[in-house]
Amino acid sequence: MKLEAFVTPAQAWRSNDMSLITIEGLTVTYGSVTALKNVSLGVNAGEIVTIVGPNGSGKTSLLKAIIGAVTPLEGSIRIKQGLKIGYVPQRLNLDPTLPISVGKFMRLTNKINKKLCAIALQQAGVTELAEKQMSELSGGQLQRVLLARALLGTPEILVLDEATQGLDQPGSADFYRQIEKVRKETGCAVLMISHDLHVVMSTSDRVICLNGHICCSGAPETVVATPEYQELFGTETNGALALYRHSHDHKHDHSSSENSEAIN
Amino acid sequence: MLDDFMTRAFIAGLGLALVSAPLGCFVVWRRMAYFGDATAHAAMLGVALSLAVQTDVFYGALIFAIIMAWATTQLSGRNYAMDTLLGVFAHSFLAVGLVIVSFLSGVRIDLMAYLFGDILAVSASDLGIIWAGTLIVLGLIASRWKPLFLSTLNEELSYASGFNPKREQLFLTIALGITVAVSIKVVGVLLITAMLIIPAAAARNLARNPELMVFVAGLVSCISVIAGLRSSYIFDTPPGPTIVCVALFIFIVLNLFKTLRRLAH
Repeated sequence: MKLEAFVTPAQAWRSNDMSLITIEGLTVTYGSVTALKNVSLGVNAGEIVTIVGPNGSGKTSLLKAIIGAVTPLEGSIRIKQGLKIGYVPQRLNLDPTLPISVGKFMRLTNKINKKLCAIALQQAGVTELAEKQMSELSGGQLQRVLLARALLGTPEILVLDEATQGLDQPGSADFYRQIEKVRKETGCAVLMISHDLHVVMSTSDRVICLNGHICCSGAPETVVATPEYQELFGTETNGALALYRHSHDHKHDHSSSENSEAIN
Repeated sequence: MLDDFMTRAFIAGLGLALVSAPLGCFVVWRRMAYFGDATAHAAMLGVALSLAVQTDVFYGALIFAIIMAWATTQLSGRNYAMDTLLGVFAHSFLAVGLVIVSFLSGVRIDLMAYLFGDILAVSASDLGIIWAGTLIVLGLIASRWKPLFLSTLNEELSYASGFNPKREQLFLTIALGITVAVSIKVVGVLLITAMLIIPAAAARNLARNPELMVFVAGLVSCISVIAGLRSSYIFDTPPGPTIVCVALFIFIVLNLFKTLRRLAH
């Protein structure tokens, strides 16, 4: 492990022409509790950025600040003018007494025709669900419908809040592959938070490790190797990541010595 | 036409039926059943104070229903859970109201009329208040249907679409306060929640989309009011409870119908 591989938070990201969202010095408090302290980060067009962190690390507060659900105490959030954000919530507060079909739910926030709706469902991999009732969907199907809804306005960035919570590991892996596919097809950027460490790593361009402040950030391989990350998540994640890549993503060529060590 | 007490009862009941249908659907969807109940109980303090200063009970009930709705929305999630706060406010407001009423000498007050309502005693000016309240609440819900609905599904989704869910919650609690206030004379404090929830719950089995559910709930409410008033006249039973019994009967029939249909498949 070489020291040059480290990326300090300050170097991690600089505002540039490609940036969709720029956050500088963000501090969020709830009463006397500080959820986020002096957080700076940004997302460029077309990249997948994943925020990982333990419970209570401020991941959700960060997303809430971006969509305007909490007002930060300090710092600034600059969003590219006219940026189209596709937001994928963690889950719906869907009471079984609420009757609504998938198609109708999709058209709730976007006045669009059925054809566009079908295309979005296809991009999310659930073409067959349009006529189903939302309450009849499985956890995985619901997540894909939420993704499809977010894709409707042809967003420049998708924002996902722990989208795979409640899914098992193969289900989560499928979902993240879908995200990667969507990015490939539409070129939109992705900002997501997750605690599915193993799975998420393989699809991200950049990982930001959060624990009230930014502990470390950079390419997945780099972040996993940092002492800050290992202190938060333990070292075994490294091996799990490598194993995951080994078994599910074997088209890629891994030259990183971290990974080969872990596999052996 | 308005001289006949039965005619006035029908007009008042139909107003209540129309306002309770869409609001009842939101109460059911958002699991706010206890909220409606608590608001209604708290309104009794308003009723008592109105009687003390000899004004129309509608205003007192409205003010206290809205104070209660606003206070619980503001205070919940800090030190106490929402239902704990509702329990504290609802029952102490009701108790204080009953104590105040006991001090009121001179006028003999029939509190039963406010606990169970007396739709047959509704005056022509009451009709004006009931229908004004109904139209205000219906207008409020119709104009804010999409944000209200979106914030019911998910708060963050609502924020991301540019609607503040806290504001939508406030709209809904105000609508609930108005509804409680206008229906106190019709079905009374104890039966308001029944009129909100039973028709909406009955409608669920027939509806595949939210607007249809509101429509069916409205239909169930109207039928309950008409059939309930007729039955109470024929069998000489108290009208408020009879209306609720008819609504319950429809709820049971629709559920049996659904169960039978499922078994047949």
